[in-house]
This record gives sequence, C-alpha cells and structure tokens, in this order.
Amino acid sequence: MELTRRNMLTMGSAALAAYGLGALPAFASLTDDEIAKITGGAETAAGELTITAPEIAENGNTVPISISAPGAVMVAIFAEGNPVPNVATFNFGPLNPTRSASTRIRLATTQNVVAIAKMEDGSFQRASAEVKVTIGGCGG
Amino acid sequence: MADNVKPRVRVPKEASAGDTITIKTLISHTMESGQRKDKDGNVIPRSIINRFVADFNGENVIDVTLEPAISTNPYFEFDAIVPGPGEFTFTWYDDDGSVYTETKSIDVS
Amino acid sequence: MKMTKIIATVAACAFGAAASAQDGNTLFVEGEKMVTETAAPDHVEGLRTIYSGWRFRTPETQALQMDDFENPAMIFVDQALDLFNTVDGSEGRSCASCHESVEDFAGLTATMPKVIDGKLTTMEDLLNGHRAKAMGAEPWKWSGPEMQSMIALIGLQSRGMPMNVAIDGDAAPFYEQGKEMYYTRYGQLEMSCANCHEDNYGNMIRADHLSQGQINGFPTYRLKQAKLISRHNRFRGCIRDTRAETFAEGSDEFRALELYVASRSNGLSVETPAVRQ
Repeated sequence: MELTRRNMLTMGSAALAAYGLGALPAFASLTDDEIAKITGGAETAAGELTITAPEIAENGNTVPISISAPGAVMVAIFAEGNPVPNVATFNFGPLNPTRSASTRIRLATTQNVVAIAKMEDGSFQRASAEVKVTIGGCGG
Repeated sequence: MADNVKPRVRVPKEASAGDTITIKTLISHTMESGQRKDKDGNVIPRSIINRFVADFNGENVIDVTLEPAISTNPYFEFDAIVPGPGEFTFTWYDDDGSVYTETKSIDVS
Repeated sequence: MKMTKIIATVAACAFGAAASAQDGNTLFVEGEKMVTETAAPDHVEGLRTIYSGWRFRTPETQALQMDDFENPAMIFVDQALDLFNTVDGSEGRSCASCHESVEDFAGLTATMPKVIDGKLTTMEDLLNGHRAKAMGAEPWKWSGPEMQSMIALIGLQSRGMPMNVAIDGDAAPFYEQGKEMYYTRYGQLEMSCANCHEDNYGNMIRADHLSQGQINGFPTYRLKQAKLISRHNRFRGCIRDTRAETFAEGSDEFRALELYVASRSNGLSVETPAVRQ
C-alpha cells in the first residue's frame, strides 16, 4: 500500500478502533457482573424495552433518562462508565399500567447507559443508549 | 433528619375511575455519592435517599431502589391507574434512617 | 433493530416537543410566553439583538425551565416561602410581619440593582438591610442558600416582566464604572466579558455554547452545582477563568458590573429562577 496521508490516517483510526475494542470488555465487566446477578446468566434479548437519553448531555450531573418496558415487572439501569455501574432499579406494582419511568442521573463520562428488564414470563430484555457527556468551557 | 429535605409531588386533582394518570415527584436532597473528597482529601461519606415507594390505598404503583448515581434532588415521573377514590402515599427512605412521607388524595368521578 | 427503535423513539420525542411550543426558540413557562429575543437597548452598542441564555442550551436543559415542577429551583423557592414566614432576629419578626404577601414584590426584580439614597443597591443588600434594621437578624451570606432562595422567590414575582434597569441620573456613574469593567481585559488570558459574550456568543468554547451572558434569569439553578447560583458567583467564575484575581462577591466593583450587565438585558423577560448547565 502506498503510504499517503489519507492511508496513514485510516491506519491510525483502525489502530485506535482496535485498541478501543480491546479495552471495552475490561470496562464493561463491572456492569456485566451486576447484570448477571439479576439474570443469573440468562440471555438478554432486544424487545419492547426502550431507553431514551439525550445524545449529548450539557452536564453529566443531571442527565434526564426514560425507560419504557411494557410487560416488565422490573427494570434495572446501569451506567457502564461510572465508578459504580448501578444507577436504579424500578419495581412496578399492580397499579402501574405503562411500566415506564423517568428520572435524572449522574454520568461520569461519555458512556453507554444500559437497561435490563425482567418480564412477567421471567425472560429478560436489554436496551442501551450512548450519551456523550461534554466538558464545559467555563467551570463556574 | 438531613437538613432541608422537602418533598414535592404533582398528582392531578381529579380523574375518572380506571384512568391512567402521570405523577411527578421531586425531593430536595444532596445525594452525597461517597465518591467525593473534601478539601483535606478525606472521603465525604455516602448519604443518599436509597428507596422511593408510591402506593395507592396500600397497593403498590412503583418501588425504586436508588444508587448514588441518581442526581441531587431526585426526580421521578411514572404512571398510575386510579381504580377509585383514595389517597396516594409517597415515601422516601434516607441512608440516615429518616423516612419522609407525602400524601395526595384524588377526586374520582 | 434495537437501535432503530431507539432512534425512532428519540425522533418521536423531538418531533413531539417541536409540535408543542418548544422549537428551541420560543420559551413558554407554565404557559406564559417569555421574551427571549429582542432588539438590543440603544446603550448596548456592540449588539443588535439580545438573546436570553435559555436560547443557547440543549433541548433537555431548556425543558427543565418550561414547567415549574421540572425546574429544580422551585424546591428552593418553596423553602424561601417557609423562610418568609419564619421569625428571625431580636425583634421577633419575619418578612411576613411587614410584607403581607410576597406577591407585593411583583416588578421589583426587573428594576434591580438600583440606586437608593445614593448607594447602588442589589437584592442582597436590600434583604440584609431589612434583616438588620427591621428584624435585628444576622446578615445572610451573599451566595448562601437562604439569600439566593429568597431572591429567587422575590424574582419569581416578576417573571415575564421586561427587565428595566435605570442607567441615568444617580445610576450613571455606576453604569459607566460597570461598562468600563465589561470591556476591560482581565487575567493572564487577557479576556474581557465582551470577548466571549459580545464578540463570540453562539460559538463554542470547548464544548460549551457561549451565551451573551444575560442575567435576566438569576439566581439560576445550575446543573453543575445542583443549586441556585448568584449573579456575583457567576461573575467571579468568569473572571477566575481568565486566570485573574477576582473581585469579591458583594464588592462595589461587582455591584457596578451587575448594574451594567443587568441593563444589557433590558427588554428581555425576567426568567428567575432559570435553569442552566
């Protein structure tokens, strides 16, 4: 391959991407451990569960998120990039028709927020959303 | 009791039996995460609201376990079915053992 | 499949928000329309149009100010209402002993700061003055929670009214002093207020969207500190970020700067208590 500037950049990006992928499981393991505690290792598939979060958060201190999980009895939220991944666990009672909720959470850095739902039939669903947490210009 | 803890709750004043309503709750609390250090480098001990429960006439709507990643002044929004006339009870449990309660009755036609 | 669903949900939310009055440009608070954009006052030569800081925030931050229940500042407004009725000091009085209702203060915040008996007076000065004279109570700390909560409660009574700070007569010398500060380069970075907030509003400073630095929404609930932030605290933060020795909160310099900066908001609605990042 001819070493042009463009090729060099491509190679650089590929190397970075490879590094990123290599590093991911180490970061994700805390979250995976916590998820395994809930599911007992059972499979988590995509389903009706959705998680809604801003693409870009102006401040990681207060990030609005919503979850919706028709047919779920419980939804647990995890932040993969936080020092402690656990965020909250919502248990829905008989008077809750929509199995949805909104709250505001702390995110230490740009990361995936993961939701795990336990359904009425005992199966599990998973959904995630990436939130970019910006570093402000003026700390105040 | 931690200083200045004050719950706010928004529940519609009236509904028809069987309606689904939206409830919003907010409580003033620093939610000290246990991750921060003071000026001398000592860890500031964790002090958070660790559980929030909403019931209607004793029947559960939502029961939330909170971790330190929930923001200062915890906010929740969720739906509830109103089967008939009665009262919502909202309860927040503090790490320090304090329990804060707020009730809202709703007129059902 | 999963991603598609999430994106669809987000898109639906964004669309829904656009359809219900929030187009990123129009601010309704509890159904009341705020002026967030208007012709700059004649005395502001460097700007043609003035914009509320709300216009520079993300939709999620903007939404927090549109509904008084979503706005976390309202917790502190509630606490201030309790304080308003709480007896403090040697005279056995509360605010409510003299002021029948907090609603009597409608309009006041739109005209502050102002010169009273030759002295440039901020809301903080007014409150501590009354606490000392009428109540025999200890002064509140400038940026402390009691002070800023009460200023937010009083400011809320003027919400939606146009800012109308006087700059002539007794106020003229303070106006000139504040204006000079606004255009003076401070600190190792040699930056004036105008460098960011007049020359570069709308641009990004790192990941932060620069506003015009309007103060019509103060005290504001800042997500970063998760509490109400005073005008002088914000001034101090800005000047510190130029790597300068800052002036103190409650200093005469900051009083003059507050008068000048507040006058640059003349015509925008009072938004107190606003929500910012």
